[in-house]
Amino acid sequence: MNEVTEQKKASENRQFIVIRLMNEQYGIDIRNVDNIVRMQKITRIPKMPKHLVGIINLRGEVLPVMSLRVKMGLEKDVYEKKTRIIVVKTEQEGNLGVIVDEVREVVTLEDAQVDSTLDVRQDGKAYVSGVGKRENGDLISLLDMGVISLEDIN
Amino acid sequence: MDVSQYLDMFLDETKEHLQNLNDQIMHLEEEPEDEGTINEIFRAAHTLKGMAGTMGFQRMQTLTHDMENVFSEVRSGNLKVQPKIIDVLFSCLDALEEYTKNIQETSDEGTNDNEELIRALNECLKKEAPASQDKKASTPKEKDKKTDEVPSQPAEKWEQVALNDTLKNAIKEARADGEECYGINVKIQEKCLLKAARAFLVVRTVGEKGEIIASNPSMADIEDEKFDWDFTLVVISSASLEEVIKAAGNVSEIENVTGGILDLDKAGVFPGKADADQEPKQKESEQTAAEKKEEQPSKAPQDKAEEKEEDQTEEGTAATAEGSQTEKKAPPAGKHAGGKTIRVDIEKLDELMNLVSELIIAKNSIVSATQESLHAQKGLKDNVEYLERVTSNLHESVMKARMVPIENVTNKFPRMIRDISKKLDKKMELYMTGEDTELDRTVVDELGDPLMHLLRNSADHGLEEESVRISRGKNPVGSIFLDARQVGNNVVIEVRDDGNGIDVEAIKKKALERGVITAEAAETMTDKELIDLLFLPSFSTAKKVTDVSGRGVGLDVVKSKIESLSGEVEVHSTLGEGSTWTIRLPMTLAIIKALMVRVGNEKYAIPLASILSIESIHRGDIKTIQNREVINLRGDVIPLVRLFDVLEVVGDKVPAEEMTAVVVKKGDRSAALVIDELLGQLEIVIKPLGKYIKQCKYVSGATILGDGEVALILDANACV
Repeated sequence: MNEVTEQKKASENRQFIVIRLMNEQYGIDIRNVDNIVRMQKITRIPKMPKHLVGIINLRGEVLPVMSLRVKMGLEKDVYEKKTRIIVVKTEQEGNLGVIVDEVREVVTLEDAQVDSTLDVRQDGKAYVSGVGKRENGDLISLLDMGVISLEDIN
Repeated sequence: MDVSQYLDMFLDETKEHLQNLNDQIMHLEEEPEDEGTINEIFRAAHTLKGMAGTMGFQRMQTLTHDMENVFSEVRSGNLKVQPKIIDVLFSCLDALEEYTKNIQETSDEGTNDNEELIRALNECLKKEAPASQDKKASTPKEKDKKTDEVPSQPAEKWEQVALNDTLKNAIKEARADGEECYGINVKIQEKCLLKAARAFLVVRTVGEKGEIIASNPSMADIEDEKFDWDFTLVVISSASLEEVIKAAGNVSEIENVTGGILDLDKAGVFPGKADADQEPKQKESEQTAAEKKEEQPSKAPQDKAEEKEEDQTEEGTAATAEGSQTEKKAPPAGKHAGGKTIRVDIEKLDELMNLVSELIIAKNSIVSATQESLHAQKGLKDNVEYLERVTSNLHESVMKARMVPIENVTNKFPRMIRDISKKLDKKMELYMTGEDTELDRTVVDELGDPLMHLLRNSADHGLEEESVRISRGKNPVGSIFLDARQVGNNVVIEVRDDGNGIDVEAIKKKALERGVITAEAAETMTDKELIDLLFLPSFSTAKKVTDVSGRGVGLDVVKSKIESLSGEVEVHSTLGEGSTWTIRLPMTLAIIKALMVRVGNEKYAIPLASILSIESIHRGDIKTIQNREVINLRGDVIPLVRLFDVLEVVGDKVPAEEMTAVVVKKGDRSAALVIDELLGQLEIVIKPLGKYIKQCKYVSGATILGDGEVALILDANACV
């Protein structure tokens, strides 16, 4: 029952968490998000790709953490008061934390407001699945968390 | 009939029975005349058949039925046990295992009828015992006659079921419609643990054949287990009496089913008298029959026995053995006598284990909090220590509950070696010791394949051909040993053979051929290093590829599997004398004792199990050999590993005159790991790193410290 209504909503309008990386706004589909936690001490793991910064203790479980900035080819993170870790759900691979500079708000976008034809590939990788246009004129790059999280598995 | 809810139980029991059959038939091969073994085999096969029948797996039932025929002939002495029969029986067991596997995976037994096996079974019967065939053909007739007589006997149990007029009319109507009304009495084996469940199955099965109109005791009482070991049903059915009895008898753990056509004139008319009759009968079954009562009880079981024989093929001896009531009372002999054990779902144990892990983490944080606070009261500290002790014991108990003997995997090996021996036409014996050594269940489950590989390897590559053995003055029968024992916190399993040993030169040649190593490297490599090449993927030195092994997969799989269990595998070999493969495994995986160390500003845990010693090293002690730093530790030259550099710790390196090093070992090699500070010993809960983080070979897992921080667990194996 719940699933049906959710799917129905999805076809009409979707909710996104608006985050900030450097000075750009990105959106993460709220269905991918398990939880948002404050920045905490990250334990580094030797010999890992640069964007996999380490692991944290999330309520007694070990959670791998990725720097979204490094992954997207931006500058290294600067941890500030507003820095957050978004816990992203993936289908089978367990959760993954992604570091963002700030979590701003939750927006609801209708299908008509999402433009998925824009080609915003980075290094040939499509981390962004489309662009959302808000009423106030802001543009939000919508992140494809599936692509981002699964890339490191394979 | 929906039996899916019993599927798990069925699979568990089937596996047990199959293993039992395997063991017993192996035994039978050695001692073909052992009556106890034959009886045990018969019982297991019979139960298996009944179970398969109940669950509706007809192919399985047919096959076991035919196997049972063979066993029955063997038991009655009409058939001699011969190697050929044993071979056929083993193939049957394999087929049954195949069915079981199918059922487990798809809830369906598959479509393989195994007609050839059935034919082979029947051939065994025909060839060896034409006389018994005749006997068999004639017996059913006799039995039929006797069954007909049964209803005429007074005071059968089903005649004691109270029937009211409505029911009687219903019976009369049914008879007018061409249906028949039967009374059946079902006796459950006394070792049965869930008699209500068995009774329920019987009621369902019989219910499919017809309509159950009455029972003694009432249905509610049967469901609540309010009956002794037998109960009575009155059924209206269009099926024959035999069919109904057979259906009920197919439920497992049913001792026997008797039945007859209900005579309305006798049935349920005198409930009072019936009770009176019942009483002495029960007494007889409880105590040794008094002489004057001898006649009746001896008659009743005989009837039962014969009917049983009829629907379940030849069970003559068993029935005779059960012929006296007193003997029935005796608890069933052998392994099935109930021990003080229960079956627990492994998931529940895992859950418990997780909770204990949480508890230990919580305890660790309390410990570190009290250590930090200067003003902690003495009482608090004492209690914290007490808590520490209790959690430690609790952890140990839960770990023990998860331990199972490695017997669970090793018990299939004798059979495997026997098959290999036949296939390769090499004579060999397997000797096993320490099968009761216990390991964590998750480890034991994973251990089967690697051990199987090693045993096959020994049988195929290790042991020489018989002629070679004789010319070398060895016993023509090769020996393979599987020894398991506990050493400290580890379990050591050795697979040993007295065969040819590993030909190092052959490995060298092969490695050069394949370009695995260069000619220069080959010159400098030690024998041990060359032997270790065997663990590389796709490296098989077998001169010819056989069915048994030698396809170039195996040893590398063994190695990776054992290492994934945090264990290690080693091989020692002497050419001409044999080889020994040693597997070393930690007893527990989830919680370990570790030494906490600081490297730069990072904390790492080194498992105590891999630590040899802790040394203080002066800078002047460090020498270099081939550009590698080494130290001379009491005569042993061991490499020095600077963790700060290896782990690429960020920060400033402080050069020191005195350094602390943790000496770790892997097999017979060791290395000194240079660290910055020792932080103390801690019981840590191993947490997996998840799928995102797998590339780092130096780290085997993570753990959560008392202050909530995450520390990495160093994989000492990777550092050596």
